[in-house]
Amino acid sequence: MSKDLTTPETFLTRKFGIDSHSIEKAMSNFLSGKTDYADLYFEYVISEALGLEEGLVKSASKNIAQGVGVRAIAGDKTGYAYSDEISLDQIQLAAKTASFIAAESGNSVLVPLKGVASPRLNLYPVETYPAGIPVEAKVRLLDKIDKMARDYDPRIKNVMASFTSEYKLILIVTSEGLVIGDIQPLCRLNITCIAEENGKRQAGSYGGGGRIGFSYFFEENRYILYTRKAARQAITNLEAVDTPAGTMDVVLGPGWPGILLHEAIGHGLEADFNRKRSSAFTDMIGKKVASELCTVVDDGTILQRRGSINIDDEGTETQRTILIEKGVLKGYLQDRLNAKLMNMPLTGNGRRESYAHPPLPRMTNTFLLPGEAAPMDIIRSVQKGLYAVAFGGGQVDITNGKFVFTASEAYLIEDGKVTVPVRGATLVGNGPDILKRVSMVGNDMELDAGVGTCGKDGQSVPVGVGMPTIKIDGITVGGTR
Amino acid sequence: MDINIEIALELIEKAKKRGATEGDILIIEGELSTVQVRLSSIDKITDSNFKSLGLRLFFDKKSAITSTSDLTPESLDRLIEDTCSIAKLTAKDDYAGLPLLQYGMRIKKLDLYDDYVHHLSVEEMIEIAKEAEAAAFSYDDRITNSDSGNFSKRYTHVIYANTNGFCGDYKTSTFSLSVTPIATMNGQMQRDHWYSTKRKFVRLDKPADVGEQAAMRTVGRLGARKVHTQQAPVVFDPETASSLLSNLCMALSGYSIYKGASFLLGMLNKQIASPDVTIHDDGTIPWGIGSKPFDAEGIAARKTTMVEKGVLTSYLLDSYSARKLNLTSTGNASRSPSEPPVVAPTNFYLYPGNYSPSDIIKSVDSGLYVTELIGFGFNPVTGDYSRGAVGTWIENGELTYPVEEITIAGNIKEMLMQIEMVGNDLDFRQKICAPTIKVGRLTIAGH
Repeated sequence: MSKDLTTPETFLTRKFGIDSHSIEKAMSNFLSGKTDYADLYFEYVISEALGLEEGLVKSASKNIAQGVGVRAIAGDKTGYAYSDEISLDQIQLAAKTASFIAAESGNSVLVPLKGVASPRLNLYPVETYPAGIPVEAKVRLLDKIDKMARDYDPRIKNVMASFTSEYKLILIVTSEGLVIGDIQPLCRLNITCIAEENGKRQAGSYGGGGRIGFSYFFEENRYILYTRKAARQAITNLEAVDTPAGTMDVVLGPGWPGILLHEAIGHGLEADFNRKRSSAFTDMIGKKVASELCTVVDDGTILQRRGSINIDDEGTETQRTILIEKGVLKGYLQDRLNAKLMNMPLTGNGRRESYAHPPLPRMTNTFLLPGEAAPMDIIRSVQKGLYAVAFGGGQVDITNGKFVFTASEAYLIEDGKVTVPVRGATLVGNGPDILKRVSMVGNDMELDAGVGTCGKDGQSVPVGVGMPTIKIDGITVGGTR
Repeated sequence: MDINIEIALELIEKAKKRGATEGDILIIEGELSTVQVRLSSIDKITDSNFKSLGLRLFFDKKSAITSTSDLTPESLDRLIEDTCSIAKLTAKDDYAGLPLLQYGMRIKKLDLYDDYVHHLSVEEMIEIAKEAEAAAFSYDDRITNSDSGNFSKRYTHVIYANTNGFCGDYKTSTFSLSVTPIATMNGQMQRDHWYSTKRKFVRLDKPADVGEQAAMRTVGRLGARKVHTQQAPVVFDPETASSLLSNLCMALSGYSIYKGASFLLGMLNKQIASPDVTIHDDGTIPWGIGSKPFDAEGIAARKTTMVEKGVLTSYLLDSYSARKLNLTSTGNASRSPSEPPVVAPTNFYLYPGNYSPSDIIKSVDSGLYVTELIGFGFNPVTGDYSRGAVGTWIENGELTYPVEEITIAGNIKEMLMQIEMVGNDLDFRQKICAPTIKVGRLTIAGH
């Protein structure tokens, strides 16, 4: 990696010949309409991907994306334009388009820019970015995983493994004079195994990652753990029986099942939906939306996590925001536009997929704090129900609050014991109601391994979820029998 | 300003000089403008130009892909350099490579580009979105709020060239209008949406019709409740039937087949669905949302019968998955410049049957008419299917009350066999489409 690209400060001047004086000028032209606020978001991303299947690392790719997004806000109106050419001309042009929303012209204000600030937090202290690790080392890792998965059980017939990494450099310049940058690494290792026996086939997947260096996957034998979990899930699912259908008690395992909170609660608390009064949680702050056992937070400041960021994509420092405290709804997730219009404080949740997208209020790492129950006691308390430990994706209709999430590994609980594995099934519930049914919260809080990607308005951002083991009294399970 | 096709040809020559045995270049550039209005006022306007170049090189069956949006000569030189060095580190894959040049292959000229995409003004887009949203409000008093009215226009220019001598480009335009109203009754809030997407501007549905349809769907959900857990017939409206077809596409992908990750493995020429089911993939439909003159490997668009009277007649294939399966490409290679090809349908549709949607509903004594499905509860490896559903309950052949917070579940293998009726209401509203269908029996989970 060339030295020029290692700090946001040198990035613009060295690479594109743009200095802060010319940005100041561009910014003031831009603000000559009646805009309340404007910002520029510069981005440079190198991403790499390696893919293995059938025992071969067949695909390798490297992508370099760069661009600048220009945003103007007037009242509740947003104008946004972007270009993949980072030049003053392009910025001026984009600014003109973005200012379309400010119909009347006002006085031009020259904004004095401050020096480039560095984030106060340093959540991803990485020694060598994965892009700096030789490709051979990554190929070796994938080869090892393939062999290990096949050795796990002869019924494993195919292994798909991928390693992706991203090095993202951002610089944000606002009409309030703020200039701040960040370098955000992100990697992810994913393994899918296909198991086959007597003509029956099943898949099992596992993966993890975060804002970390390549060595992370070797520490604590993580890659071995991931491989075994993927292989075990595929083998376990070979034995799976039909899932019962209807309302029953469900125990969710720790970690990734926290996707429940993301879908059922998180999205409905994003400020835009509440400002527009289109969320099922509109006007519910201060009201009881969960059992007293439930405290839910969104925390963008956890070291190395996939959903963590030093600053959000509007330059605001991230924080720990309490969403639900002992069952009572406390707050929303804000970006600049909505915080201003709702007259509420910023929470550092203004995020975007890339320079090609305007920011939106988004989650970071969303999780339920631990309780006191021992996980075994929670399972023991269920006569007949479901124990779900791994999930695929989920989705929510934020207006009526109905959400789903789909189990990829689940078991029956019979007389307080986990018995046979069942086929994947969708669980469906109602956001403002579901956490009221949480009757036990375990002491085994875990964050997920680092694979979550959240979609909203066509924009994907990396997120984290987490949860201890919990028991829900009565949720509808979409089985077949 | 359009990128010159010469860039691609020059890069190809340079790569050959660097020892690449095969290679291809995909360039996608274009413009996208969107407007979002809410409560008759502008909410968000976006505007952009985008471009991306992907270079894929093969060195004796080892390959790599690199891509960039920086098309300066220095950047492209570095791209070739990177591709060469990464490719050498991947494994030799005997099946890797480009499709053979098909001599005499005729690339059909398709109408996919309406140059009005360059003339339609932001002001006009705003007016259309406002008109559609307003129509939703005037349709029913219970429409009390709005998520948004949206209009977007996209212009795309695709350039593809490879070392086998293929070189081509085409332009497309897309205009899209959608409305998402919110209705309230007795403290319950519901939203739904409707849309129209067309390649040709004048073919768009009237804004008022889109708004009214959106309002009708939204108001129809008010008072929704759960039903008891039971087994019952399920009628899928064209939108949800299309989503079932999307699930089928995942399992039909040649990649899923050779990886052993599809329930359709080994089912070629076998009965997989009821005799009422015939499915085509047709990339040559004029103005079709999924049409393209050639695929991401330069293979000419064609019409393929995927399922004929219930018998599986083809998988969806590009040249790689075809070689793996000892078949020939169906021209379904699809890729973004930064990624290796995958297969994707073009215009993929269930051939219409003889029944009107109301005939189908009338045939059900007690069952579900499903209008929205949420979640990702489909496993292409096993065919297991379980999704969150929204719709209207059918009682004695009549639509009665709206239902929600339920799931429908089964296995797609059985669901396909149990398609008892196929509607006559096929409308090419999107890439993957289907008329109304009735599935004999599914498990509905509620309370």
